[in-house]
Amino acid sequence: MDILIYGTINSVVLALYALGFALVYGISRLPNFAHGALYVLSGFITWSLLNILGLPYLPAIILTMIITAVIGALIYQFVLIRIRGMEISEIIASYAIGLAIIESLRYFGFRGMTYTLPAFVEGSIDIGDIPVDYHRLIIVGIGLVVVLLLWLFTHYTKIGLALRGMAQDERAALMLGIDSDMMAIVAMAFGSMLAALAAILLLPLGNIVVESGYNVLILAIAVCIVGGLGSWVGSIFAAFLIGFAQILTAVYLGSHYQMVVALLAIIITLIVKPSGLFGQQKELEERV
Amino acid sequence: MEKRRKERIDRGIMVRSDSIYALMSWRELAYLAAPRMLLIIGMLLLPLVPESWNWQGTVTLVCVYAMLAISFDFLAHYIGLVSLGGAFFVGVGGYLAGILNTTYGIPPLYTIPVAALGGGVICTLLLLPCLALRGVYFAIVTLMYPLLLVRLIEALDILGGTDGLLGIDGFSNPWVEQYLVIIMVLLFLFGIRRMVNMDIGLVFRGVKDNDQAVRASGINIFYYKGLAIFIASSLGCLAGACIIYIFMWAGISLFVLDYSILPIAATVIGGAGTLVGPVLGCLILIPISELLRDFGTLRIVFYSLILVGFIVFKSEGIMVWAQRKYHQIERWTKI
Amino acid sequence: MNRQAILEVSGITKKFGGITALNNVSFSIHTGEILGIIGPNGSGKTTIVNCITGFIKMTSGKIYFKGKNITGKPAHKIADMGVTRTFQIMRPYYSLPAYKNVVIPLFSPRAKRTGGWRGGGKLGDRNTVGIDILEEIGFERDSFVPYKMASTLPTGYLKRLELARCLALKPEIIICDEVFSGLSMSEIASMVPLIERLQMDGITVIMIEHRLRELFRVANRIMVMNFGEKIAEGTADEVMADKTVKEAYFGSKEVEEVMDYA
Repeated sequence: MDILIYGTINSVVLALYALGFALVYGISRLPNFAHGALYVLSGFITWSLLNILGLPYLPAIILTMIITAVIGALIYQFVLIRIRGMEISEIIASYAIGLAIIESLRYFGFRGMTYTLPAFVEGSIDIGDIPVDYHRLIIVGIGLVVVLLLWLFTHYTKIGLALRGMAQDERAALMLGIDSDMMAIVAMAFGSMLAALAAILLLPLGNIVVESGYNVLILAIAVCIVGGLGSWVGSIFAAFLIGFAQILTAVYLGSHYQMVVALLAIIITLIVKPSGLFGQQKELEERV
Repeated sequence: MEKRRKERIDRGIMVRSDSIYALMSWRELAYLAAPRMLLIIGMLLLPLVPESWNWQGTVTLVCVYAMLAISFDFLAHYIGLVSLGGAFFVGVGGYLAGILNTTYGIPPLYTIPVAALGGGVICTLLLLPCLALRGVYFAIVTLMYPLLLVRLIEALDILGGTDGLLGIDGFSNPWVEQYLVIIMVLLFLFGIRRMVNMDIGLVFRGVKDNDQAVRASGINIFYYKGLAIFIASSLGCLAGACIIYIFMWAGISLFVLDYSILPIAATVIGGAGTLVGPVLGCLILIPISELLRDFGTLRIVFYSLILVGFIVFKSEGIMVWAQRKYHQIERWTKI
Repeated sequence: MNRQAILEVSGITKKFGGITALNNVSFSIHTGEILGIIGPNGSGKTTIVNCITGFIKMTSGKIYFKGKNITGKPAHKIADMGVTRTFQIMRPYYSLPAYKNVVIPLFSPRAKRTGGWRGGGKLGDRNTVGIDILEEIGFERDSFVPYKMASTLPTGYLKRLELARCLALKPEIIICDEVFSGLSMSEIASMVPLIERLQMDGITVIMIEHRLRELFRVANRIMVMNFGEKIAEGTADEVMADKTVKEAYFGSKEVEEVMDYA
């Protein structure tokens, strides 16, 4: 029972980590390796807004999401736009940007155990006989709502359809008058915003630590690779797969193995089936 | 306003068709040899600066990073396998040398070659299943391997766990250390340059340009890719083995990102695909990074930003630029 | 005339996910023959090439080369036996000069054994052999063309380069994947004799083409594909007369042209 509950929670957490990454890659084929850094950064932005500027919680959250979205858009507009299409350069550049963000946060003193965000609602409830925080329930709820909203957004709004068009065939979308750079900026902004959302939802569970930026990136990559890069359904599915696998190993082997599971999942998936569980058939594209 | 354009004329004696030089005089010989001699002599003179500069450790570090950078450059720009896992090679080589030294008490000079070759074999075997992967996928896999090994060592508490291996010997004296690594860098630099210009190098470049066509030509690309990985990872493991004798400690920090990202930064800055460029990049980057060591992690920020700047705005790098300036006359002509 | 079949393809099927790209296709080709494979876009022609040469794994079926089962062998092994191919989307080594493009295949074990197209079992200096092959295939030896970077060559030369790379192996079968497409009429006119010369040299040729007029001139036999299935086989006239072929493929203006020709 506890495995089921914590597995579900962990899976939703992973899905939240990965959504932003999956969105950006899915739309503009841009592996945004600064994703983890944006996650940590937005955590600290919220903290600063709350504790330095003394804003109430809700405005701070909204402001953080806007700021992070703008940062993401700026990163794209000023750096990544110049190396579009050169995948390796994209990886290295975005990774270096992420590194710069994380390490400068570390340098300017955001480390240690002192930084926490308050939970939305304190207290806990017993499900069966296992106590679960209200906050965790909220996470699961909001996570599911976000996934649903994203689905509705991409299927029923004009801009969402344009984004999906680009994801399928960038050139064809260009010919139909969709500005692919503009869409990529939007995607980047959305992806960053999702990273911020994930941070705001998940960071109250513990301290804000700089290192989690790397872990978030790894977990996001793990989810996206296992699910199939560019496949959103696959990502959700993979989040649950890895989420439960992590909880199971944590229960039976010890919590040290949680990251090992994610890393092994990446490597094994890439070796066995690089397109992931739900990836399209790209036999000749990714393998020799 | 009169219109002008930039005209480029070959200065040298390079025959157009191929990188073949037709030497006619001592002057032309000097023209070709001068930059090479400059590099060799410059490298050999590095350790001779006054001790007050506190420079010795840096020289060794520069050379170690230079080996990693050469290994990255060779893999990425001659075979087309972009490996973000320099730390993987360093870690495997370092731990191997460390185990040989602490458990079996073999002196450093013997463990270094053993660790290089043995580490090369281990890395190649581990990466063998990933050889079929392409571009991004290979990059991600190599990025994940060092992280996986760190977590495994932590979780299983093997190889000294988080404490690392203690009691590793150091080099007998700093001169031996410095000249050993400098000579190794020069040997590998010119060795690999020679190799890529030979027969096997042509096939390597074919694999990079277009692996499908190489397969269609009846050549086993896995053999060549595996060979290239072995060469590159041996070089990386060699660097790793040297590192543990410099710090006299082998631990999970051998898998730290510095060893993956700094060589890449050096390669991008120095000029990708030139092999000399990465060494040059290390000569520039590492001393600055060492100077910034007092500022803690700010140095990572510093070289990440330099890396981004170079990738985005000046992707040819210093060496390509310098070669062009050396071999060509640029002048403005009226149209 | 009862010649021996050099390549025998029996019942190959290839499924991409849920899509059946090839469905139970069988055919065979005799030594020294030119077989043309035609069919609308997406009918599985290139997939056949990929299956025969081992570039993709088939779902089921068997392929025999000179009576030996080569099903499931890796691509380089199959090329090593002498079954070579060109690529529909040209794949030269862009960063190398044209003649070096031919030198790379000369490093293969097969080229070492055979010595290149005209080599009598002994491989000379690779650069010379490469330029010799290029000259035979229509690169002017004394011009700059063989030394130019492949990225600067026009399409006509690139198509020849593709062929030259096959010839460097001294192949027994060359599978040409649309060598005529994208060429001008005069370029094709100079390409046709080349193909005929290959045949005279005893090389078996499989041609996948959209340019029917030229194909019908060189090919001894035509096979028609549609939706991953073989719908007809025979000489040009027989194929043209076939009712299913007309239904599936022809009926367009181009056909009337070809009909006039035939």
